[in-house]
Amino acid sequence: MNAPSFDYAALAPMLIVFVAALLAVLVEAFAPRARRFVSQVVLATVGIAGALFAVIYLATQDKAVTTAGGAVAIDGPALFLQGTILVLALLAVLTMADEDPESGAFTAQASAVPGSSDEAKAVRAGLVQTEVYPLILFSLVGMLLFPAANDLLTMFIALEVLSLPLYLLCGLARRRRLLSQEASLKYFLLGAFSSAFFLFGAALLYGFAGSVRLSDIDAAVSDGATATAATAVVGQDGLLLLGVGLLAVGLLFKVGAFPFQSWTPDVYQGAPTPVTGFMAACTKVAAFGALLRIAYVALPGVRWDWQPAIWLVAALTMLIGSVIAIVQADVKRMLAYSSIAHAGFILVGLLAMDRDGIGSVLFYLAAYGFTTVGAFALVTLVRTSTPEGGIGGEATHLSQWQGLAKRSPLLAFTFTLFLLAFAGIPLTSGFTGKFAVFSAAVDQAPWGPGLVLVGVAASAIAVFFYIRVIVLMYFNDSVGDAVTVTRPGALTIFAVGVGVVATIGLGVLPAAALQLANSSSVFLP
Amino acid sequence: MDFPWLTVIGAVPLAGSALIAALPKALAPRARHLALGVSLITFVLTLVMAAQFELTRAGEIQFSEIHSWIGEFGVSYALGVNGIGLVMVALSTVLVPLCVLAAWNEIEPDRARLFFGLVLVLEAMMIGVFAARDLFLFYVFFEAMLIPVYFLIGAFGSSERRRYTAVKFLVYSLVGGLIMLVGVIGLYGSGPGGEQGFLIDNLTGLDFSSSTAERLMFVAFFIAFAIKAPMWPVHTWLPDATDEAPAGVSVLLVGVLDKVGTFGMLTLCLPLFPEASKWAAPVILALALVSVLYGALLAIGQTDLNRLIAYTSISHFGFIVLGIFAMTSTGQTGSTLYMVNHGFSTAALFLVAGMLIKRRGSADIDDYGGLQRSTPVLAAGFLLAGLSSLALPGMSSFVSEFMVLTGTFVKYPAVAVLATLGIVLAALYILLTYQRMFTGPIKEYAAGWKDASAREVWVIAPLVVVILFLGVYPKPVLDVINPAIATTMQQVGVTDPEPTVAEGENK
Repeated sequence: MNAPSFDYAALAPMLIVFVAALLAVLVEAFAPRARRFVSQVVLATVGIAGALFAVIYLATQDKAVTTAGGAVAIDGPALFLQGTILVLALLAVLTMADEDPESGAFTAQASAVPGSSDEAKAVRAGLVQTEVYPLILFSLVGMLLFPAANDLLTMFIALEVLSLPLYLLCGLARRRRLLSQEASLKYFLLGAFSSAFFLFGAALLYGFAGSVRLSDIDAAVSDGATATAATAVVGQDGLLLLGVGLLAVGLLFKVGAFPFQSWTPDVYQGAPTPVTGFMAACTKVAAFGALLRIAYVALPGVRWDWQPAIWLVAALTMLIGSVIAIVQADVKRMLAYSSIAHAGFILVGLLAMDRDGIGSVLFYLAAYGFTTVGAFALVTLVRTSTPEGGIGGEATHLSQWQGLAKRSPLLAFTFTLFLLAFAGIPLTSGFTGKFAVFSAAVDQAPWGPGLVLVGVAASAIAVFFYIRVIVLMYFNDSVGDAVTVTRPGALTIFAVGVGVVATIGLGVLPAAALQLANSSSVFLP
Repeated sequence: MDFPWLTVIGAVPLAGSALIAALPKALAPRARHLALGVSLITFVLTLVMAAQFELTRAGEIQFSEIHSWIGEFGVSYALGVNGIGLVMVALSTVLVPLCVLAAWNEIEPDRARLFFGLVLVLEAMMIGVFAARDLFLFYVFFEAMLIPVYFLIGAFGSSERRRYTAVKFLVYSLVGGLIMLVGVIGLYGSGPGGEQGFLIDNLTGLDFSSSTAERLMFVAFFIAFAIKAPMWPVHTWLPDATDEAPAGVSVLLVGVLDKVGTFGMLTLCLPLFPEASKWAAPVILALALVSVLYGALLAIGQTDLNRLIAYTSISHFGFIVLGIFAMTSTGQTGSTLYMVNHGFSTAALFLVAGMLIKRRGSADIDDYGGLQRSTPVLAAGFLLAGLSSLALPGMSSFVSEFMVLTGTFVKYPAVAVLATLGIVLAALYILLTYQRMFTGPIKEYAAGWKDASAREVWVIAPLVVVILFLGVYPKPVLDVINPAIATTMQQVGVTDPEPTVAEGENK
């Protein structure tokens, strides 16, 4: 067997981020403490921007290749998703970097026990946990690889590379550290289980097909379909279906779909808010990319077997996310349930099983990602006031958001825009996305119209809790001095600004983006 | 290429609201001047456009503009109006300046930018929804228009219930809209598809694969419009909303926005789903009849002035729906005219009521009495608007109500007879209210009241003039509407019953 050939150009985006991550480790080890923060931020920004340029270059080349011995497929959906992930990650890193470390989201020293004298000492010394940036970059490598992975093992490795740094990042909150650490542990435990399920599923599929390559699995499935009863090996269908089921568990966990959604609110709430924004946007994009590839490349032949199950998952995800969000009293938890509901909507598009379906999912992911990053960036700005008049932790309880429009009209207006986009009001990107997935699914008889009806019902329910926040901000009296709105730095303004432009732009003039998504919707077999 | 009239007329208020939003704080009190100026410019532009409307082709779409908007979805930016659309656009642009004027001193200066900015955004949306010739575009305006109203009610409502009311309004409307969205997507699937697949012209006269599909889509559209209109039994949000909203907002809400419901029934439900419309007509006529009588009965029982006007409107919307689904040209022409007349008379009622409530600080009818002596001009304004609302001959509503009833009678005599009871009840709720509020000895509280100011006269007078003019000489409006209704009738494939009233030039 020959050594696999590598198309380094096609792999460049991942390699650039990976090299940046390695350099960041070196910076952490050798750069003097005072310079670390700046160097890390610059390194991360440059690395991500460089990778983004590489993706754009590749996209203009208009070629699709499988490389690294067929383990990685760089095709339309992969490039679209990699580009989306990189842009969103860049915005997320900017919001992270903008915060004054003293009042920022990250702990001074993660290893210090919460409430201990070590912690107090670290805070006094003005320490900053700059390891955040290499962790983000490593996670990003996994995210870029995940939707491009062309065999199950590569996909599993990507899954782990993207997940492990995230587990750590979740535990790094500066305030309410126990909650943050609990979130981290919970995410790690459940995430480890789901990875194990994924791996087990991959093993069973290997048993069925004799290969982990997605296209080989597809070939094995269609062989099985044409084989007569005499030649079919008894029990192999069992392997296939069990494998598909276990694989689905692992991936549905990552996208936060019912019934594997229970970690989402706890983790979103506990994690430092910029990390939550990064996670909510980028992880979802990457995980749906992998889900799409498996559904469309490896398993289209058995779709009659898995579609009913995913139908049910999508319907329940939309409904449960929307219904439970109604009773949330914390902004971050509410956005978490909203992200669950959105996972359901995206699954509707995925189920369509045609090019329109892929295009709608790609567009929805981009639209949702921009709004999400912007919304979480705004959450970081609303803070409690300390008795001395300083800036305390984030005020995420909804009661603290009352009357926000009076003290900060611009923030309230922007957040309202994002909420309306989440709710899918016309002229925002959310509506375009929902329309895309619904119209892709509706003509898929016999199940399509029913699922769209469920989706519409869920949207109606969801409107209610988004509106509730708007009511709080605009029509309630202010809570006085207990809450302050910090002045955002230039980087945060930029990130939120991009979110606003994308949210309105993809709502009012989405034609170009839709075209891009649709033209990117062909997977390499 | 022709001058894009409709785009310009819609863009002017939108630009005006952007200007108002950009006003520095110090100039905030000027927002109302700016809003008045912009809405007057819009009105004048509408007049100029209407002057170029070709009466001979009033049944066709004029001033049309078509540009590709979202090609991937088959969505175009397509505007255009026939006679029906033209009168609705005109109605909107007439009422907005009056509403701005009515709110002149009502809004605190530091919130004026928000209020007048939202009113202008709303105006742009209203023009868009009446002018849209693309179903998707229509839907976008239909939904987006809710947001300004939501903020107007929620932020400027009169009592603590405003939050509840604003949310109730929004949830009702959005649920209706989402149901319609399913119909919109479904209809696109049945249509020709392609780059212009959402153009209403391309979706008219489709051959549906199954009548069940057509009926389901019809129901999806109809529910949305019935909530909007609003019809019994989905009407409960309207009295709440008018209870809270400032008078000017109530006028736009009831006078124009709710007309989107009946406008949609007439110009979308009927041409798009002709078979299903005929299939559903009996049930809808029954619902309309219930609305007529139920609204009138409840109006009699109201103690709150704003709620009373809301219930009278529910009754009147019943008449409008009756005329539309009676499927005769007289009925449908009457309904269209009724939309216009109801807009004016209800606007006058709400605005006079708003002036009274401002003076008295209460909307409770029992708190008033003897006002005829202290404020004769306001009393006269209220009486005229009320008489128009109860369809007194000589007032504009009489013409339209009569046409609706005769149009219904030739096909459904029983329904028309029962609906006539609505007129009797209307006399009760208007005259009783007038009696309780304006007649009798002058009361102490009203001793120092000033009668209508010059500004208030300027708000009421144009409405009264229009009401009287259209009551005596409705021909100009009918000439515009008639050909459009003829087209609709043809699209639905119904004709007037044979032994009909002599087909004169103008009925």
